[in-house]
Amino acid sequence: MTDDLLSNCRPILGRVTDLLAVQTSAGSADAVAGVRITPVDAVGLEQRAASLCTRSIKTSSKAAALDLAIRVMDLTTLEGADTPERVQALCTRARHPDAADWSVPSVAAMCVYPELVPVAAKELADSPVAVASVAGGFPAGLAPLDTRLAEIAWAVAAGADEVDIVLNRSAFLSGRYQKAYDEIAAAKQACGSAHLKVILETGELGSYDQIRQASMLAMVAGADFIKTSTGKIGTSATPAVALCMAEAIRDMAEQTGRAVGLKLAGGIRTAKQAWHYLVIVGETLGSGWLTPERFRLGASSLLNDVLMQRAKLLDGRYQRREDFSVD
Amino acid sequence: MAPTGDFSLEYAPAPESTAPVRLASQYGLFLGGEMVESASGRLAPTINPATGEALAEVSVADAADVDRAVAAARAAWEGGWRDLPGAERAKYLYRVARLLQERAREFAVLETMDGGKPIRESRDLDIPLAAAHFFYYAGWADKLDYAFSGRRAAPLGVAAQVIPWNFPLLMAAWKLAPALACGNAVVLKPAPTTPLTALLLAEVLRDAELPPGVVNIVTGDDAAGAALVAHPGVDKVAFTGSTEVGRAIGAEVAGTGKRLTLELGGKAANIVFEDAALDQVTEGIVNGIYFNGGQVCCAGSRLLVQETVADTVVGKLQRRMDTLRVGDPLDKNTDIGAINSQAQLDRIAELVASGVAEGAELYTPQCVLPERGFFHPPALFTNVSTAHRIAQEEIFGPVLSVLTFRTAEEAVAKANNTPYGLSAGIWTEKGSRILWMADRMQAGVVWANTFNRFDPASPFGGYRESGYGREGGRAGLLPYVELVA
Repeated sequence: MTDDLLSNCRPILGRVTDLLAVQTSAGSADAVAGVRITPVDAVGLEQRAASLCTRSIKTSSKAAALDLAIRVMDLTTLEGADTPERVQALCTRARHPDAADWSVPSVAAMCVYPELVPVAAKELADSPVAVASVAGGFPAGLAPLDTRLAEIAWAVAAGADEVDIVLNRSAFLSGRYQKAYDEIAAAKQACGSAHLKVILETGELGSYDQIRQASMLAMVAGADFIKTSTGKIGTSATPAVALCMAEAIRDMAEQTGRAVGLKLAGGIRTAKQAWHYLVIVGETLGSGWLTPERFRLGASSLLNDVLMQRAKLLDGRYQRREDFSVD
Repeated sequence: MAPTGDFSLEYAPAPESTAPVRLASQYGLFLGGEMVESASGRLAPTINPATGEALAEVSVADAADVDRAVAAARAAWEGGWRDLPGAERAKYLYRVARLLQERAREFAVLETMDGGKPIRESRDLDIPLAAAHFFYYAGWADKLDYAFSGRRAAPLGVAAQVIPWNFPLLMAAWKLAPALACGNAVVLKPAPTTPLTALLLAEVLRDAELPPGVVNIVTGDDAAGAALVAHPGVDKVAFTGSTEVGRAIGAEVAGTGKRLTLELGGKAANIVFEDAALDQVTEGIVNGIYFNGGQVCCAGSRLLVQETVADTVVGKLQRRMDTLRVGDPLDKNTDIGAINSQAQLDRIAELVASGVAEGAELYTPQCVLPERGFFHPPALFTNVSTAHRIAQEEIFGPVLSVLTFRTAEEAVAKANNTPYGLSAGIWTEKGSRILWMADRMQAGVVWANTFNRFDPASPFGGYRESGYGREGGRAGLLPYVELVA
């Protein structure tokens, strides 16, 4: 359906809407005839996000909020220098984030590159912690489609419960929406029973309008979660981006009845940031979304800050960084 | 469809401390640079609308006090203020602006205690904007000769300024700053229910060493306001308040040679087209009508939604209303504070009851209102016809009426179908439509893809029964000057 020259001349909004209308009406029996995508006003969006970040949470609610931040965390290591030993150590932390206090809940998932999925799967075999793998040519997603789908299938066969892929920004930004859509749908097939998270890499999408459209496209194409960022570029999750995507998810749920999850990743390092995001998701989508089935925080260094704040809340004193594992 | 959430966010009570505010038990009048007792010695309590308790007793001025105030203003004006170079007047205004900023927290807390508005608003909007107005007009004081091409701007004399209770300090700043910048002396009359920040401003004016008598502040009831407006020693009357009182003032002033500006009521249309950014529209509607509990003359109290998205917008709006927090105005998490007075609360309740009686459908979220004080939940009416009272009369409360339209022409017709004409909002992603609509709106202020945004550089004022004259910007100088060749 794509003529690149033409696509640049036509309103993007209408074209994504048209595409999704065709896809949803041609799809399975429970699909509806099209989803409506509303534009986004940047000024209003950023104002609302900023005002949500000024809410102050009740102290008695703070402890639960910190535990929730741990329970929705995808503990992540995506370095070229990752070793099996490091992943093993992180898996231990994923099950019991604080070795000295087993009342601390497990994190939601351990997120690694495919090569290390077998290690993580072995370590987490009988634990509540899921194994998540990036795949599909992460972080650019520009490998040939067959290769990307094979990588996804391989990760799932190796034990991944969840797969994080990237939206093909090259296709999306050049107006080849059908291609972007088909690739996600194919990835969903390749996942089988594993959950599919689609990373939009919002820092490369250029506008909140595009973020909202990409969110809708990914959701209709089959994403179980939509996710902000790879963490591999400078700009990642921000409160306004989180709000923008949460609003898209809310529209999706209202229009089709399907509840899609939200994963925020990249640059989330402090407990305070984490509960700003809890407030944004809670106020926009309701407390039904404040659960690991529908909300994730992808982070590597966040865990220690949350543990520090948690310990401070329990005994009133701040801990030293040295008291927490560096991994 | 859902695992139900096993966690719900509870926000902490986050009350702003009242420590910066030191209340006196009694307040006098600010005449000739001094706080003095009123001639009659009469006092009246000012109430904290969030608790119903009295905060302090404030003097009730009578005609004799007004006489003294006008005389003090006249003496200060003739005694040197009118001849002071603009650059010198500017120094005082800059000083007032800076002192307001320094004492911003104190002013914000006091404004919220006396008036009931959420601290979030007094802290983030009222007080900073009041300071901004002084800064802005300080900048004009030495440039008046260049403001009106080829004409010299001479001061008028003594200005009588009567201000309302919904933005007490901000309205004082809107009135005082241009009057003083242009070289007039002033007698200011704050509203009976909200005199305290004006009296605190008197302290600031004294600390700024403004010459005694240049600004005089008389507190009291409507009789004091009437005496001030009718006083023969006044050259200019500026009033912000209800259309009813404005009309009476117009009649009173007619034929006296006094200049008059009126900023009166409104019944603004907030117009939403189907292509607008609907989630931000929702926020804009909320800000348009529930800001300061809807006690705003330019509140977007009539929502006009294109029929194709009406259900969607109303659904989003109801959902958003469920998350609005009504309660202690000093709490930083509060979105809607107290209604200013029992009388106002009664008026709102009466109009809401009329809406129900006339057959409109009322929605209010489940929210627990404080046991004491004057509170009203946010309210939304659907199935409203243009003939209903709630679609015609200014309610001045957190009550929104929703009407629908099919074409832009119909939206224009419905928006202008009101005796008022203060403000309007247009929500669409299409720039040409914003311009087309704005050309046809009979309203002094038209906001596009936002609502209730104020800036000292932007003129504000009404059409028709919303009054005449402009405040803010270069246009805001005109009511306070005589243009001479």
